[in-house]
Amino acid sequence: MRFPRGEPPALPARFRGLPVLDSSRCVDGCSECVAACPTGALSFTSRTGLKLDLGKCLFCGECEAACKRGAVSFTNDYRLAARERRDLLIGDGRKLRLAESLGRDLERLLGRSLRLRQVSAGGCSGCEADANVLTTVGWDMGRFGIQFVASPRHADGLLVTGPVTKNMRLALEKTWEAVPEPKILIASGACAISGGPYIDLPEVYNGVAGVLPVDLFVPGCPPHPLTLLDGLLRLIGRVR
Amino acid sequence: MKTTAIPIHNGESVPVSRVPVLPVEELRQRVIGAVKEGAEIAALFAEPSAGATRSAGGFQLFAVLIDHSQGALRALSARLTDSWPSITPECPSAHLFEREIAEQWNLAVPGHPWLKPLRFSPAMSGAREAAAAGRTQPGDAQFFRVEGEEVHEVAVGPVHAGVIEPGHFRFQCHGETVLHLEISLGYQHRGVEQALLGGPDKRSIHYAETLAGDTTVGHATAHCEAMEALCGREAPPRAQALRAIALELERIANHVGDLGALAGDVGFLPTSSWCGRIRGDVLNMSALICGSRFGRGLARPGGVAFDVDDRMVGELKDRIRAGARDAAGACGLLWTTPSVLARFEGTGALSPRTALEIGLTGPAARACGVDRDCRSDLPSGIWRFSHVPVSTWRTGDVFARAYVRWLEVQRSFAFIEDQLGSLPAGDIRVQLPRPARGALGVSLVEGWRGAICHVIITDSEGRFGRYKVIDPSFRNWFGLALAMRGQPISDFPLCNKSFNLSYCGHDL
Repeated sequence: MRFPRGEPPALPARFRGLPVLDSSRCVDGCSECVAACPTGALSFTSRTGLKLDLGKCLFCGECEAACKRGAVSFTNDYRLAARERRDLLIGDGRKLRLAESLGRDLERLLGRSLRLRQVSAGGCSGCEADANVLTTVGWDMGRFGIQFVASPRHADGLLVTGPVTKNMRLALEKTWEAVPEPKILIASGACAISGGPYIDLPEVYNGVAGVLPVDLFVPGCPPHPLTLLDGLLRLIGRVR
Repeated sequence: MKTTAIPIHNGESVPVSRVPVLPVEELRQRVIGAVKEGAEIAALFAEPSAGATRSAGGFQLFAVLIDHSQGALRALSARLTDSWPSITPECPSAHLFEREIAEQWNLAVPGHPWLKPLRFSPAMSGAREAAAAGRTQPGDAQFFRVEGEEVHEVAVGPVHAGVIEPGHFRFQCHGETVLHLEISLGYQHRGVEQALLGGPDKRSIHYAETLAGDTTVGHATAHCEAMEALCGREAPPRAQALRAIALELERIANHVGDLGALAGDVGFLPTSSWCGRIRGDVLNMSALICGSRFGRGLARPGGVAFDVDDRMVGELKDRIRAGARDAAGACGLLWTTPSVLARFEGTGALSPRTALEIGLTGPAARACGVDRDCRSDLPSGIWRFSHVPVSTWRTGDVFARAYVRWLEVQRSFAFIEDQLGSLPAGDIRVQLPRPARGALGVSLVEGWRGAICHVIITDSEGRFGRYKVIDPSFRNWFGLALAMRGQPISDFPLCNKSFNLSYCGHDL
């Protein structure tokens, strides 16, 4: 795979990447797309037009199917990761602000050797499955010095998936404490960002940001391996 | 006179009022007797009685049995006041079901040999004294202990070494040998069954798709078929075929991935490396159909959301042939390499008797020679017209669990190619009316880990009054624990991978 120097691997035509909103196609604020969204990621007001929170989006395409006028459409763009939670809110005039690197100091430390401990804190294991893919020979994440390690004490940070269940909070906090400073935290997938499909259920915390500080948000349900890799490489300054 | 349970076909619904209500003791004996004669427990769960308020009043206990001799399901029930005398001593496969009943409703289950929290989850809302019960940290419970000066205990998890879900494993060891393993789960509990109540609504299908993310198509299909059962409609034949293709792609992707991981666990890198790539190729075939590598967005109540055109069918056929060829090359190496066979053979063996007693399902059961597969035993959807031979082996060890998966991979490839060559024409989705009121709908789908069971009971307005999910992992975790007895503890990763069970599917 030549990515990131060459072209990324081809994605299937029906792959749902970055959505594009066009409120000028909305008629009388019909809001059918908003009604169809299972997680409340979409909103509409006549003043602001359509707004979409990529952190809540399951990329299910129900909104696109509900709109007969094409006000919401999914593109093939796999680049979705952001550094700030608010950067994931997109609208007509508001583009997704893609993640910037950790800055010079951390780049020097982690830019060529990033060891991550993965913690599943609820969720469906879909994010784990597509994170694991990055370790296979085709993707070979190791060529960037990025590796999943067995112990948090060997790690530079955590990659957290899942909405953080009540039953997993303590274990997550203990794992975070075991990572030596300086350390980073990546929230991967809709669950870890916002609760995803489990948003507002009494047994979950609506994502890791309410529990621990987050350095990178990777949207998707689950994020495509390419989306996650792109996010990781942006974080360490290997893709800008 | 003996009340006869009416047979329910897979994917059908019946009025709840037609489910026989037996005296408690009679229900106990009926379930014990049926299982002794070869029936399987598909579901065993309690629900506050109709008419009773959720906080006071009795419960109705439902048993859904798979009657293999008739190829049908049988539903029975009994009214309880506050206890259900355990049947586990006579019918061990009821073990976890009864622990779940006790935890979900604060019901007493006297006589249960190992009654302790299952998911460390709060009781279902409205269960008696639910609010009063304090919350325990998961894993904070008494574990089965072997006493003795030379015995030691090894505790692992919830956070493990790999990129994997959380669970706690407690080993009792004598030197390297495992005397007993107890598995304590619940860390992934999101409260999905509770969240499904009051549906169907726009989130229902997403809960189904994420019950176990690696079984998206299996659970989504089970949800759709249960919904269609309640609505009295069938998905169009073309949709049924597309769902089945996606289900088999899911089976191939997971089996091939696991065969690669098993190879990795015994240090055999050629198969490990190849299978990682081939698994991706298969996931990408699902993405070709519906845009998602896990089949998200494909199955929808009433049919499927994506159709395929001729060009896509041609592309899929080419990829299926290439995938089958590559998988044969990569996996074939396992069966001819002595260093692999030496590690697989005789490791973590379960007897056919144990498999039946504890109610194992899927490839883990078939690896013990148990000839059960919902696709042929309880065919619904396209499986009524197209058949896949059931793959079994006899040795019940890691080898058998690996080899059965390989047999299934080949048959799934052949099935998909066959289906692509004869896709029914026509619509892909029908509009469903409202679900029937006061009805019980059941669907069973043979997912890649085994039987996925969804039971829905609708209330007087046709809404989900109870949604019971049984992921195959729920039935198989105890099998892994037993497979480890007498094994060196260093073989745990290999045994574990040979089952590769779901934590979230168990925890719900």
